[in-house]
Amino acid sequence: MGDTHNQWTKASSAHKFKSWLRLRSDPNIRSVTYMPRPGDGAPRAVTLIPGDGIGPLVTGGVEQVMEAMHAPVYFERYEVHGDMRKVPEEVIESIRKNKVCLKGGLATPVGGGVSSLNVQLRKELDLYASLVNCFNLPGRIRKGSIQGLEHEVVPGVVESLKVITKFCSERIAKYAFEYAYLNNRKKVTAVHKANIMKLADGLFLESCREVATKYPGIKYNEIIVDNCCMQLVSKPEQFDVMVTPNLYGNLVANTAAGIAGGTGVMPGGNVGADHAVFEQGASAGNVGNEKLVEQKKANPVALLLSSAMMLRHLQFPSFADRLETAVKRVIKEGKYRTKDLGGGSTTQEVVDAVVANLD
Amino acid sequence: MARRTLPILNRVLSKPPSPIGLLSRLDTKRSVTYMPRPGDGAPRPVTLIPGDGIGPLVTGAVEQVMEAMHAPVYFERYEIHGDMKKVPQEVLDSIRKNKVCLKGGLATPVGGGVSSLNVQLRKELDLYASLVHCFNLPGLPTRHQNVDIVVIRENTEGEYSGLEHEVVPGVVESLKVITKFCSERVAQYAFEYAYLNNRKKVTAVHKANIMKLADGLFLESCREVATKYPGIKYNEIIVDNCCMQLVSKPEQFDVMVTPNLYGNLVANTAAGIAGGTGVMPGGNVGADHAVFEQGASAGNVGNEKVLEQKKANPVALLLSSAMMLRHLQFPSFADRLETAVKRVISEGKYRTKDLGGGSSTQEVVDAVMAALD
Repeated sequence: MGDTHNQWTKASSAHKFKSWLRLRSDPNIRSVTYMPRPGDGAPRAVTLIPGDGIGPLVTGGVEQVMEAMHAPVYFERYEVHGDMRKVPEEVIESIRKNKVCLKGGLATPVGGGVSSLNVQLRKELDLYASLVNCFNLPGRIRKGSIQGLEHEVVPGVVESLKVITKFCSERIAKYAFEYAYLNNRKKVTAVHKANIMKLADGLFLESCREVATKYPGIKYNEIIVDNCCMQLVSKPEQFDVMVTPNLYGNLVANTAAGIAGGTGVMPGGNVGADHAVFEQGASAGNVGNEKLVEQKKANPVALLLSSAMMLRHLQFPSFADRLETAVKRVIKEGKYRTKDLGGGSTTQEVVDAVVANLD
Repeated sequence: MARRTLPILNRVLSKPPSPIGLLSRLDTKRSVTYMPRPGDGAPRPVTLIPGDGIGPLVTGAVEQVMEAMHAPVYFERYEIHGDMKKVPQEVLDSIRKNKVCLKGGLATPVGGGVSSLNVQLRKELDLYASLVHCFNLPGLPTRHQNVDIVVIRENTEGEYSGLEHEVVPGVVESLKVITKFCSERVAQYAFEYAYLNNRKKVTAVHKANIMKLADGLFLESCREVATKYPGIKYNEIIVDNCCMQLVSKPEQFDVMVTPNLYGNLVANTAAGIAGGTGVMPGGNVGADHAVFEQGASAGNVGNEKVLEQKKANPVALLLSSAMMLRHLQFPSFADRLETAVKRVISEGKYRTKDLGGGSSTQEVVDAVMAALD
């Protein structure tokens, strides 16, 4: 356990003094007393999947910042690529052992017979809730129902089955309300199209209503998905926590991410009863275009904030706060921003700025 | 446990949330995304010991605020009083089961044959580190600003070993015992605490120039642990100089680690300069259990007048219960509670006598509940 600490590099004493002074005088930095249990400082193992496209670039950014913070995590890296048939067994085992994973995106080929490895991972580990926090827009949670059951009825006609089960709807609704309760959120909104898909989305709504009765302190309402999209782009402040079936969630999350600042900055994760996988919150279904990868100008903010969520999940609140504070400072100062935020910096420049801003 | 949880959850959640509190320039609302595990919201049982003197008054305050917040905790209350011979077995069993306890003070009679129940509790449960967080509260002016000291004190041995005997009539020997084992683990805890809470410096307080072997052993253990944390500064200070520095330049201190007796004195001094024992939170932690209580109590449970008029300061125990919520991994509730308490202090309208006001305990509690988000 002492080995990790021996690898620390010594920061310059001037920098340390300055950051100590800032910590003392900044009224917005909260002095939180957290009384850890003995042994809480032992480093935790986290599975790391760099992935495709901008994945390796941004996960590299996270690794650098974790080093700089001397955070009590160490990464076990595994190469997984979107063109593999399935997620390698050793990766699944690693995540089962560590319980926590951080990943870049995995490219999903359009059409063809290869199913998305992202989806495969979520199903294997039963990560039934996916969470995207669009700040300045509150978070939302979408449900993971089973999808991908397609068959060609006759040539030229394909039926795609959408499956909604009470079991899955109930647990995602429960998670949404529990999330709201634990994070002091006031309202949960269910997004649906039950006027058309009366049975499927109707079942989803029923489950949500049932769970809502157990949380009388939290407001609950429902909104049809088309109206929801319109409301999102005109009056997003009305939304707090949103719970949705799989497809709507994908669309709603990406829309919300876009309004609030872009998919480059929103953190997110996938959680199940036993495991949690953290990744960029919304990715608009791609892993970055080629030019971005070549010029190394991908935005690392989303994954950095997701890794802060991960630190909090691992019960290292102080490190999580430091990371979030540093990232928010860099964004606010505006000097180092990637292209999607209107600047021209490279990934490395943003990462260096975050490291320099750490307390 | 599932069968008990649901009705309790229903009861806890049966009231609508309180209205939004007053806006304040103190409003540091952090939007933190905390992705809980499914099931994290299940209520947790906590052993509650009201205790003596002002104890019942301030623990009652905590219970009210927890209700108002609909926090996922429920209390199992046990009566203990300082004049009992020993801590009842059922209480120990309860704490062993729940792992977490909140208590008011237990009066310790001076002299006589009855040993302190506070100390007994700590030894039984092997709560080897005691932690007091002394910091300036915004809006509460004191002679020194920028005080943010955490005193970590060895809790089980030292001068409190309780080994005394009368050699011959009129001559008493009192044994102070220092062991490598205990010194090492409290030093280990102090550095781990500093690491996890982003603290920059640990200072060991000692009197090894006089007690060369005993405090020398303590220092050795601290130095050994310090080498494992090269990113954290470590220094040592003799306890008399320490007291002087505390009252003249307290901002130089960060985390302090001390053996039992010095820790008691240093903690109370630090509490005094930063605002008083009525506001400092604290706790006792061991490998398996944690007991939260008012950080520094100056060895008493409040004087009778305060008790009669019900004007005890509930802030210390409220902040300790916020630490407890964080310990139970309910960070959002902990933040709400701390924010509300700090708002009330900063507004200055409802303060008890020790802070310069004239409010009663209940008035402060009502103000805190009104200030909850």
